[in-house]
Amino acid sequence: MPGPLLLALRGVSKRFGAVQALADVDLEIHTGEVVALLGDNGAGKSTLVKVIAGVGPADQGVIEWQGHTVQVRRPHDAQSLGIATVYQDLALCENLDVVGNVFLGREVRRLGILDEVEMERRTRDLLKSLSIRIPDVRVPVATLSGGQRQTVAISRSLLGEPRMLLLDEPTASLGVEQTAHVLDLVDRLRDHGLGVLLISHNMGDVKAVADQAAVLRLGHNNGFFDVMTTSQEQIISSITGATSHARRPPRPGEAGL
Amino acid sequence: MTGRALVPGRRHVKGVLDDIRRRLSEGERGALPVALGLIVLWAVFEILNDNFLSPRNLSNLSVDIVGTGLIAVGIVFVLLIGEIDLSVGSVGGLAAAVFAVLNVNQGLPEWLALVMAVLLGSLIGALHGFFFARFGVPAVVVTLAGLLAWNGLTLYLLGQSGTINLDSDGLVAKLTSYYFNDIAVAYSLAALGPAVFFLAAYRDRRRRKAAAMPYRPLHEIVVRTAAIAVVAFAAAYVLNQFQGLPLALLIFVVLVAALDLLLRRTPYGRTVYALGGGVEAARRAGVRVTWVRISVLMVSGTMAALGGLFLASRITSVSQPSGTSILLLNALAAAVIGGTSLFGGHGRTWSALLGILVIQSLSSGMALLSVESALQFMITGGVLLAAVVLDSLARRSPNSRGRT
Repeated sequence: MPGPLLLALRGVSKRFGAVQALADVDLEIHTGEVVALLGDNGAGKSTLVKVIAGVGPADQGVIEWQGHTVQVRRPHDAQSLGIATVYQDLALCENLDVVGNVFLGREVRRLGILDEVEMERRTRDLLKSLSIRIPDVRVPVATLSGGQRQTVAISRSLLGEPRMLLLDEPTASLGVEQTAHVLDLVDRLRDHGLGVLLISHNMGDVKAVADQAAVLRLGHNNGFFDVMTTSQEQIISSITGATSHARRPPRPGEAGL
Repeated sequence: MTGRALVPGRRHVKGVLDDIRRRLSEGERGALPVALGLIVLWAVFEILNDNFLSPRNLSNLSVDIVGTGLIAVGIVFVLLIGEIDLSVGSVGGLAAAVFAVLNVNQGLPEWLALVMAVLLGSLIGALHGFFFARFGVPAVVVTLAGLLAWNGLTLYLLGQSGTINLDSDGLVAKLTSYYFNDIAVAYSLAALGPAVFFLAAYRDRRRRKAAAMPYRPLHEIVVRTAAIAVVAFAAAYVLNQFQGLPLALLIFVVLVAALDLLLRRTPYGRTVYALGGGVEAARRAGVRVTWVRISVLMVSGTMAALGGLFLASRITSVSQPSGTSILLLNALAAAVIGGTSLFGGHGRTWSALLGILVIQSLSSGMALLSVESALQFMITGGVLLAAVVLDSLARRSPNSRGRT
């Protein structure tokens, strides 16, 4: 069951030159809830993720964190609130090893010197607790498979014990088994009380793990759905623009149109 | 990058071989091929002219490498973030000229002029870094502009006289003319290096063992320590056969070791490597990309100024820039030959030391054999090409899927 409200966006807009990437977008995520963010290419999903992650702040609109209005101007702001982001690509430094990537920007140090032993120990513990198998945590991530990289990227984001996780197409480049692993991981994260915003193209993934689905179309909200009670076709027609929906987020227990 | 996870109990020779194979497949050439190449080079020169390995020649070699070597260390920093600094030769020349003008013409105390010349190098680096990081002008172009501009400024400063002679007994001259005549200095420092290495490796091993993680077997640590000790004591022995440990070499090695520590054992160094492996990933991890970029060019500017002063010290005079582009190319070649990647993210400061040894050995050996300078350039060019080809091949090996 979803807990209290974690993150709310109210009337978020962003413009790149002549392109209105986001127009008056609303979104709500509760603790212990997986919200799928859906939309066709260019619908503004990635832009919205960047707004929340502080990588590309919004031009207008309000971000509320646990009921308080907050400023998210830099990645650091999002991180210190407890929002962790896993990007589809460009998420890892190819030349650094697994430990170096997991701790990048949050290195453990003793007297100003990197504490490699401690960082490796914590990395091993973390991977173990998530049942992630990586043969050697001291190889550069350039030598890992796509699935292994994705799991490294997700574990990296969990290091700071975030309250909320943004996953940008986490299964886009993965095989069937690795996709199942990642979705299992998302399930476990929800059970731990995290709020998860899952950006995906894959309706199968959405049906498998999401509680709510929020649809963006051409930078606008185009419907909020309870995944359990809504048919796949309904959601897809909303993505493609065959149907238009009210932009108001649903009250708890109420399905979208 | 650092202590690899190792299977305990593996035979040490096999362990070392596996380590090399793995490094190659990870796109890390490592120091061994260069070291082997250097041994072959020395053997060939010694066969052709038995003065080559004489203590006198090797001692001179160890001082000759310092100026260009220091510049190469700075270039390693810039290469690590996947950029290039073309201005180092000019900045080195300018620093020497500024020192000469302040000290000889203006009568400032030597130490003050020295500090100001080095700070000028940092400042110039910061300026390059500012234009590169803030305005997104590629570092190659910014530093190319710097190459021209600082050359011009040097010409202007030296304008009237053309050449300024330095005090041959002064502080700067001493940088390359002072030797620790007491043989104990070289030997005790030769003992200190391996001892520090052993203690660090042993401590690391104990902590890993305590945390139930894979650790290096003890005999492998002993073998590595012994290898370092052999090199250190051989160097100390040869240097003591001539005039003892040169101050210049000591400064060079200490700086290389300190900057290696900075790069590979501190959070700052980690961000430098991170920029070379993925700027976007680093930015998203909260790395202050702008600052790291500026700082890296500051390091290269500072090292260029230091190197320029050592080069001036060697000839105790500063003259109008003529060889600064050769200086730049030698420093760049040294960094790359030593194993630092042109594509960013891979390399160590020690590669500057190894690479400059190769280059200086080539030029010293060919000078002994009175090879024409035309041929010298061509041979040095061939060695550089070979190093770059190795670098590119390592990056294209099947296991390193990274940069394609």
